[in-house]
Amino acid sequence: MNALLKYALPFALGIAVLVAWQVAVRAAQLPVYLLPAPSDIWAAFTSDFASLMASLWATLSVTLAAFALAVLIGVSLAILFSQSRMVENALYPYAVVLQVTPVVAIAPLILIWVGYDRIELALILIAFLVAFFPILSNTTLGLKSADHNLIDLFRLYGASRWQILRRLQLPSALPYLLGAMKIAGGLALIGAVVAEFVAGSGTATGLAWRIVEAGNRLEIARLFACLGLLAALGIAIFAALSALEYALLHKWHESALKKQA
Amino acid sequence: MSALLTLRDVSKSFASGTQALAGVDLEVAEGEFLSLVGPSGCGKSTVLRLIAGLIAPSGGTVSFTPSKPETAFVFQDPTLMPWANVLVNARLALDLEGVDLGEAEARAAEALTRVGLSGFERAFPRELSGGMKMRVSIARAIAAKPKLLLMDEPFAALDEPARQSLNDDLLALWREDGMTIVFVTHSVYESAYLSTRVAVMRARPGRVVEEIVLTPPAARNESYRLTPEFSAAAGRISASLKGKAA
Repeated sequence: MNALLKYALPFALGIAVLVAWQVAVRAAQLPVYLLPAPSDIWAAFTSDFASLMASLWATLSVTLAAFALAVLIGVSLAILFSQSRMVENALYPYAVVLQVTPVVAIAPLILIWVGYDRIELALILIAFLVAFFPILSNTTLGLKSADHNLIDLFRLYGASRWQILRRLQLPSALPYLLGAMKIAGGLALIGAVVAEFVAGSGTATGLAWRIVEAGNRLEIARLFACLGLLAALGIAIFAALSALEYALLHKWHESALKKQA
Repeated sequence: MSALLTLRDVSKSFASGTQALAGVDLEVAEGEFLSLVGPSGCGKSTVLRLIAGLIAPSGGTVSFTPSKPETAFVFQDPTLMPWANVLVNARLALDLEGVDLGEAEARAAEALTRVGLSGFERAFPRELSGGMKMRVSIARAIAAKPKLLLMDEPFAALDEPARQSLNDDLLALWREDGMTIVFVTHSVYESAYLSTRVAVMRARPGRVVEEIVLTPPAARNESYRLTPEFSAAAGRISASLKGKAA
């Protein structure tokens, strides 16, 4: 009953809003270039299906590549930091600088350096810059949060640094990393969209560019269709990462415990 | 019995300036059950960590005869790895030593049986009660057959029945394995029940003020807690803690 309500309620609300939207737009006879009805958006979506899917794939591939790069480099750097306080002290401030500088401001530079002939790579780099910091900072924190008594116990048993890292610090950091991945997944998508906006005309083929294009042509129904796809993409990424988190943590971590009523 | 380890004029001050120990002389004989008793802040735990080699003394020496034996440590918290099941937790020392998996599993399973946890190998720590978690922690400690077992107020957080049943089980393990146990507690009764010798400590600075040799019967059970001998032992420890002659 509760589970049914949990899913049925937001779904019913969504349907109600769509119906009200449809009725209101038709009743007020709003022009389609101001606010299209849901049926107009659906029509734009189906008539343009193939090219929208191609754009979706372009944005998705940039997002996934940037996300994978963010996890790989973020975790590697965090491990490096955990092994050497000196390296951490030297590099961490620059990671922060990179984080606090609005990436849109760096994007034109990256586009020039990487070049428009390798636009895909430039987009990935920009999205990566947006996504990588939460992975680095959370994993660094997670690696440090290993139980001190357990570290002592490992030392008492003569564990090597590698054994402490693999058997103690990495598992301790896992919940932190998974939390960061949920944030970074969304950020990678935002980064990909921003990168497409900055990259602009011609070379870019992703959903963000389609939005700019549709806006310029006042094809508002198609713009909404693109927005819907972006939202669906964001939800899918979040859901996939939540599922991964559940799969890895539900057996042991406090966060996955069902609250007793 | 010969000395297994000796502390000579050991002092320890921390970076904060706290003088945790000053002039501690203590001998631990092979096979004995030595309890360190004292008020909080008297440096009991510091002595244990010095023996374990987790910290170094500021002055004096900690020496072993002939050399540092295989040592295990049990903390006040069970300090289990929450992501690993009971068997993997119990296997820890063996895994880190590179014992092959089949043998490590067999030895860890045996240790779990000895602490009364057979059947719980696949359970995760969060599914267990506080007393059971402590049993896993003890199984982890004895799985590698240590010669020296260091225990830092292991039962302080448990309720009385769990504590007494763990006391009895610990005595059985100690007798069967012939290990040397150094046991930190602030409970007079616990030290009187368990120990063959009690070192009474006092704070500011932490030091050993008296050593009391006890002669409890080899086989103890609940009824021993009601005997005059037990009361006398507890009385001596208690009096020494208060700084009076018994």
